[in-house]
This record gives sequence, C-alpha cells and structure tokens, in this order.
Amino acid sequence: MSDTVHADDEEGPVTSDQLRLIGTPFRRVDGRAKVTGQTRFADDLSFPRMVHMKLVRSTVPHAKIVSIDTSKASAMPGVVGLLTGDSMPDPFGILPVSQDEHALCIDKVRFVGDPVVAVAALTEDQAHEAALAVEVEYQSLETIATVEEAIATPEPRIHEYGDEGNLHKKLSMEFGDVDAGFEEADQIFEDVMYFEGNTPLPMEQHATVALTEETDRITVYSSTQTPHYLHRSLAKVLGLPAARIRVIACPNGGGFGGKSDPFNHEICAAKMALALGRPVKICLTREEVFYCHRGRHPVLMKIRTGVKKDGTLTAQHLQTALDGGAYGSYGVASTYYTGALQTVTYDLPKYRFESIRAFTNKAPCGPKRGHGTPQPRFAFEVHLDKIAHQLGIDPAALRMQQLVKPDSITSNWLKVGSMGLGKCIEAVVEGSGWHQRHGKMPEGRGLGLACGSYLSGAGLPIYWNHMPQSGVQLKLDRSGGVALFCGETEIGQGSDSVIAAITAEILGIDLKDIRLCVADTDLTPVDLGSYSSRVTLMAGNAAIEAAERARTLVARGAARKLDVPARELVFADGRVFHGENPDHGISFQEAVVEAESRFGTLGTTGSYTPPRSPGRYRGAGVGPSPAYSYSAAVVEAEVDRETGIYRIEHVWMAHDVGKCINPAMVMGQIEGSVYMGLGEAMMEEQVYRRLPKKRSDALVHKHPSMLEYKSLTFAEMPPVTSYIIEDPDPNGPFGAKEVGQGPLLPMMPAVANAIFDAVGVRIDQVPIAPHMVKQAIEAKEKGKPGRFGPKSFPEIDFGVPLLVPTPAEGGDGKAINIEDAGVRDGTGTMTERKDAVKGDN
Amino acid sequence: MSQQSTTRTLRVNGEPQQVAFAVHHSLLEVLREELGLTGTKHGCELGECGTCTVLIDGKPVLSCLELAAECEGRSIETVEGMMQGNELHPLQSCFADLGAAQCGYCTPGILLAAQALLAENDSPTRDQIVEALSGNLCRCTGYHKILEAIEWAAAQLRGDDQYQPPDSAIYGDPLPGKQAADV
Repeated sequence: MSDTVHADDEEGPVTSDQLRLIGTPFRRVDGRAKVTGQTRFADDLSFPRMVHMKLVRSTVPHAKIVSIDTSKASAMPGVVGLLTGDSMPDPFGILPVSQDEHALCIDKVRFVGDPVVAVAALTEDQAHEAALAVEVEYQSLETIATVEEAIATPEPRIHEYGDEGNLHKKLSMEFGDVDAGFEEADQIFEDVMYFEGNTPLPMEQHATVALTEETDRITVYSSTQTPHYLHRSLAKVLGLPAARIRVIACPNGGGFGGKSDPFNHEICAAKMALALGRPVKICLTREEVFYCHRGRHPVLMKIRTGVKKDGTLTAQHLQTALDGGAYGSYGVASTYYTGALQTVTYDLPKYRFESIRAFTNKAPCGPKRGHGTPQPRFAFEVHLDKIAHQLGIDPAALRMQQLVKPDSITSNWLKVGSMGLGKCIEAVVEGSGWHQRHGKMPEGRGLGLACGSYLSGAGLPIYWNHMPQSGVQLKLDRSGGVALFCGETEIGQGSDSVIAAITAEILGIDLKDIRLCVADTDLTPVDLGSYSSRVTLMAGNAAIEAAERARTLVARGAARKLDVPARELVFADGRVFHGENPDHGISFQEAVVEAESRFGTLGTTGSYTPPRSPGRYRGAGVGPSPAYSYSAAVVEAEVDRETGIYRIEHVWMAHDVGKCINPAMVMGQIEGSVYMGLGEAMMEEQVYRRLPKKRSDALVHKHPSMLEYKSLTFAEMPPVTSYIIEDPDPNGPFGAKEVGQGPLLPMMPAVANAIFDAVGVRIDQVPIAPHMVKQAIEAKEKGKPGRFGPKSFPEIDFGVPLLVPTPAEGGDGKAINIEDAGVRDGTGTMTERKDAVKGDN
Repeated sequence: MSQQSTTRTLRVNGEPQQVAFAVHHSLLEVLREELGLTGTKHGCELGECGTCTVLIDGKPVLSCLELAAECEGRSIETVEGMMQGNELHPLQSCFADLGAAQCGYCTPGILLAAQALLAENDSPTRDQIVEALSGNLCRCTGYHKILEAIEWAAAQLRGDDQYQPPDSAIYGDPLPGKQAADV
C-alpha cells in the first residue's frame, strides 16, 4: 500500500469487546498514596507566611444583628485580619434560584452556627482566642423548628423570598388522570411516614487554604466535591473575573453530599487572603461540620396508592413536606427529588406529587447520598410491604409482576434504559432463602425486602447552559506517557481510577503510564463535580471520546510505519500491532513518536453531554438521567420483644451497576452504601432541641459530636452478601451505571419490613429506635394498631396541580394547564432568577 | 491561653527529632504542624473517632488526646514509618489492593491500630480484629474490606503465601440458584 492511502485513512481502530483492564480488580491509582499518608488533603497543605482563620458563629437561632464589636479581638495578640458581612454583600448559593447565603451574615442570623465574623491570626490558637473576644449583640426573632411551625408562622419570614411565608418551595404536579386511576383500583392504601434528618459526617473536617499570586489573582485549595460551582460562587462574591480565580479540589476525606455546596469558610478564606496578601487556612472543628450539614432533609410523607386485587398499582398520590433548615442549598431540587424517582421501579400509570419545603432555624439541609430520594423510597417500599401483606401476595412477587420495562418512558416522562431490578430481586430472594423463610421464622426473627433506583448523573446541570457536563483532555508525547486532565473530583469513590482505567484500556497502556491532573479549574476541563453519581458515566464517556481520538492519531502514525491500515491496528499491552498478525507491531511509545513526527504536538479532547429528556413540563429538569441503577435488598433482623432492641443479622444486597469498571471498587461502594443505609435505619439523626425560654429559647443541635451522633462501628456491621448484577446501559461507558448511592436506598425500608416480619409491628419512621418497637409491640398487645409513626399529615393547600398527560395517554411531555397552575416563568430550578433574593437583608 | 513554648526531643519512626512547640499542644498538632508528618489525620480532635491513632511504645493511642510534651523518651510510630524502604508494609499493600482505603482519611489510624494488633497476635479471629478496631470510625467502606485486608496481611506476615482473600470480597458473591445456571 502506498503512503497516500494511509495519509487519507482517517478511521482509527474500533474499541473491541475484548477488555483487558476494565472489569478486573486493579489497584486504584491513588491506593498507594492513601495507605502511606501521602495523599494531600486540604488541611495537610501549608505555605510560608500562612495565617489561620476562625469564624465567629451565631449563638442564637434567629435574630437581627444589632451590633458587632471587634475592637477587643483586633487588639489580641497575633490578630492580623477581621472580616464582617458588609465586605461581601453579594449573595451566593448552589442553585441559581436560591442565592440566599452570604459569606458572613449581614443584618440577620438564621441558625445557631451561622457565620458572622471571620478573624485571622498568626496561629490557630490566637485566631480561636480572638474569635471568642468578638462581641455580637442580637435581637432575637421568633424561631421556627418544624414544618408545622413554618406553616403556622408565615411571619416573621426567615427569608424574604420563597413561594409563601416560610415555605421556600411549593409544588403540585399530576401525571395522567389520577382520579380515574384510583377509580380503577379495588382498594386504596394510605400511609403517613416520617424520615428523620441525618448528616453526611465525612471523616475529614472541611478545610480550605487560599493564597494570592497577584493583587487580583487567587488560588483556593479546598475539600469540596464541586470545585466548578465553588469557582462560580467565588467569582460572584469576590467580584473577580473567573479567569483570575483558580480552585483546586483536594482529594476529599469523604463527602456524601456534605461538601457539594460552596461554603462560607471557603469564600471568607479567599477574601481574607486577598485582604492580607498572604496564605490563609481554615479547618473547621467537628462541631462546625455539623453546622455546615447539607444532610438528609427530615421529610413527612403521605402516600396513597390504588391497587387492584392482584396487586397491580393503578395510581399513586404522594405528598411530602421537607424541613429545609435555614437556607436554600439544593433544596428546590431536593423537593422535586422527593417525588421524581417513584416511577422508575414499578409501573405507576398515574401519579400525583405534591410537596413543600419549609425554612426552619436549623442548619441547612442538602443533597446527602441519595439526594431527596431515600425518604419517599422508604415510604413506598414499606407501603408496598403492607399492601402485599394485606392482599396475601408475596412482597417479592408483587414487585416482580409490575417492573418498569427497559427502554420505556415512565408516567412522569423519565426515560429508562437498562433495567436490572428483576435480576436483583431474584438474586436476593434466592440468596436469602426468602421463599422458605419469609413469614415462616420463629417469633422475633424476620426477613424484609426492599428495592431502589438511582440516577447515574442528573440530566441537567445546576445552571442552564449548552456546554458539556464533563470534559477530558489528553496530552501524549514521545515519552510514551499520557497526561489526563479532567475536572472531576476524587472524594474516595474512585473516580480518578475510573477515568484512568478507561483511558488505559483504549490506549492499551499500563495505568502507571498515565499521569492524572484533576479538579483544577485553571488546568483541567470543566466537570460539574462529584454529586448525583455522575462521574463514572459522564467523565467516563468524555474519557472514551478523548482516548479514542488519541488512539486514532497514534494509529495513523503507526499505520504508516507498519504499512497496515490504521483501523486494523490493535492497542494492547503497551504495543500497537496488526490484529491479524500480532507480531507485526511497535511499542506504544514508538507509535506516539510516529504520530508526533507526523502531526506535531499531540493532544485530544473529549466531552459529554447527556441525551435530552422527553419531559417538557416545568420541573421536568429533576429526575432525568442517562441511566438508572437498580438495587434490591433483603435484611434479616432479630428482635427482642421485651426491650425492642433489634440486631441486623445479615444483609443480602444486589445492585445493577450496568458494567463493573473495577469489581473490587464496586463492592466497596455496595458495602459502604449498606453501612450508611443501616446507620440511617437504626441510629443516625441530626436533631435539635429548644432550650427553655429562660435559657435563651435557642434552638440547638442536640449532639454536634461524633460520640453522640451515633453511627455504626466495626462491631455493629453485619455480614453482607453482595451480588453484582451487570445489565449494561447503552449510555454508560462500557455499559457502566452508578453504584455510589443506589445501594443505600433499599436499606431503611428493608429494615422496617424485617422488623414487621419478626414481631408483626410497623415502624413507619426512621431511624428505628428500640423504644419505638417496644411501644408498637405493647400497643398491639393491648389490641391497638401495632404501629409507631407519625399520626397525620398537615392540611396544605398545594394549589392547582400542573397537569401532564402521560405517554400512555398520548401526551407530548408538556403540561396542558400552565396558566391555571399558576406557573410563573423563572421559578424552576434550572433558570436564573435574578430577583430571587431581592429585598433580602 | 498560654503560648509558652517548650523544646523536646521526640523519637518518631525511630528518628530523634528536636522540636519546639506550644506546651499545651497535642501530639497530633506537633506531628502535623511542627514535624510536617501530615499522614496522621484528625476527625474530631476530641478522642471520638480514632482517626488520629498513632502508636506509642507499640500501643495505639489517640494523638489528639496525648500531650506532646509527655511523649519525650517514648517511641512514636506514624503511618509514615510503616513502609520498609520503598516497599509497602503488607497491611498497606493489602489495603490498597482490596480497596480497604476509599477516601483514605481514616486509613492511617486504622493501619496503625491493626499493626499493633498483629504485633501481639499474628492470627487474630474476626472478632478480635473487630474488637481491636471498634474505636476507629470509617464512613466509606462498611468495614468489611478493612477486615478482609487485615486478615490477608496477617497471613502474609505469618509467611502464609497461600492465603488469598475470598473472591466474594472482590467480585461479589456468586449469583445464586437460577441465575447461576444462566451464567
């Protein structure tokens, strides 16, 4: 063949099904650094002349700031800087519709822990001492502790924006003719359930180090899951061009959703560094981490479902009431998420969903692992267990008979791709001996089944734009090494290893020949962050595109040398060779030399934008995902009737991950999710108490310490049998879907259902404390309903629902009554709403 | 608060280090801030989470609760001292290979607690490992991989090269019943 033929041969090799690295349990790329103490977390950084910052936080839950006196503090030894809110008047917040936070409070504080003053000193001790010397005078306002109080107390408003009074968000939507759906039913079931709030509790306390390079150029290192969104908030509040701000997300010592918001301390550190011209570090105390929170919203739920005699669901009406805490955070999205994913597991032909989110004077809630979906999933799965029991149908069979079909569109217009829930249920049923043991074990011993589903990344970015959600750049050169640049953030889930493995697989090189540069807004292409289980799918697809383009370039270089068409070359084991004659080849490095000689400096990019979702109604932006993961769990519980104390004896968990990039890491995510789900089911709660009126009337966190905030230790973790189900999704890289959040979802309802099977009582709330079990048993013994849980759901006027005909009804994905439903422009989650905080403060 | 300083010689990972620090500072603070040994992490600084565990005279100790000034003349071991030359300690390599470190933040403390256990008992039962580590919290792993990694490392330290961690820890459990037949 002549040279010219190859020069025009634009086609590169095709990625084959014969995978060498993907699907094997390789050591994660950061494994060595993590076991040797070499991983540099944010608080591990220090720089010459670095000073230390502390925040003075509000000691009252709701008050006007009358005065701030920093004179004593500023005279303290070592103090070099003080900041108050008036120096940073621009508000910020993760969602464009709720820009309701200030770096430091101006005029008003909204919860115990709200930051008011920042103080920097030469040592951390000096900063701490000076912070104690700052005097803030407050004029207390009425406090709101619960959703019910928020409904009953429209004034004074915690914020001057929101749908009404102290309700931040109110929504009502109806998919299909729900009344007709209930008429088709033979029986209607109704439950009221409660899910208590809990906190992410990452082991690493949040830390930030900021340093200036020029008078108007700054670098911020932080333990953040979302460096890109922090970048935007810093630009907004500091008033600097984004190009002059560099955010580097250090590896996070755990996130779980708790480091997904831009935070006060991050912005204050940057502002202080700009003021002082020297590096500034802040590391929060554990108590402050509880105040940052952004954890699970407490949610009260009423679920009504129409069911035919054979167990077929005909319609569901779900109402949720979220206790949001003091700020918006992700709350508007969280509100939608308490309804959005009810439809992706079992056919739900008609569905009405109504919700409110209240502002309360507590630490702001946010997107903890599972983001808004574990609460309604708990309600649904316990509700289904009751339905199955009442109808005399096996709970597993009830679910199996109405699974959502793969490649279908749900009643609320979510596009489901691969759907492995059936296989998951079969695995845990078989593995646990369900049919032989459920309902048949001795008193006190029981099995509970529950399922769940989660997103592999949200379909839409947090702010409206037409740019990719993830990008990867590759640099190759004559060394044979490949540098991989990506904005993704390693929070422990293994995202660095995923993108490195995908690149290594396609280029046929060793993982050690890839150098990663991640989560650096100056150097790496944007990735939106480690939230919504998006990174494997989105950054993974971007890596595939970049690596395949690089492989084409290298193949074209090698093709000329080997006199073989580029598309017939194979990249494997660090070599490039002819597929039909493997001995005819050159090393990868030699091939890169050929390509660099021919094309000059080598670099490629890849990007990923999710497919457009079919939903076209307001609110359709929350719920779509390129792919949904599925999970099923069976839990075995042993309950002591006398005390209500129960133990989880065993967990069987099956998770449909689409395709394992690395099975050992998938197992780690499954087991970690089981652990965290059990914590939520059994003990974890972020709860508050009001101090007596005489003692300030303050609304305080009940236990902001790791000793009293109970979480599972080694000793409480039961054995787990885990099944990995691989039902590849065409949208996933090599078919992969998420695994970081999904397996958490079935745990809480499975525990409640196991307790029912053991002792015949229903605990309709989590966490499930022994006294709840004991009270329900005692009630049952007295002939009363054997149940512990919330009694009623408050009367709420949700307004006229937005009516959206379903696909089965011939709908087109749009609402048909936008005017009647009172939907205003700019009130959704994905658009800018410039007046969102107009008049606030 | 007193800013009075003291100068002591601390023996860290077998190396004597003369170091000046505020007299009230914890061993954790001195290791991280004065000696630059940031491998030792902290999760609460109140003795609640186990993250800052180091070994003093071979015993696991919460370095956030230990005054550095009282550590003179004692042998202090941190995660930085675990490697043997450029080779990982078996505990380290087993943790890395099995994925027993996810975010890696609790890992140094757990490695040291495990090292102390294995120094006393080269064949601990699962219950003994659980007991030895019950003061160390981990939010990522669900603990199982940590237990499996310690058991694997214990075997290597005993010279049992035949031992392999269970396949189920890496690939999940084999699918049961009907599905197994499909494969």
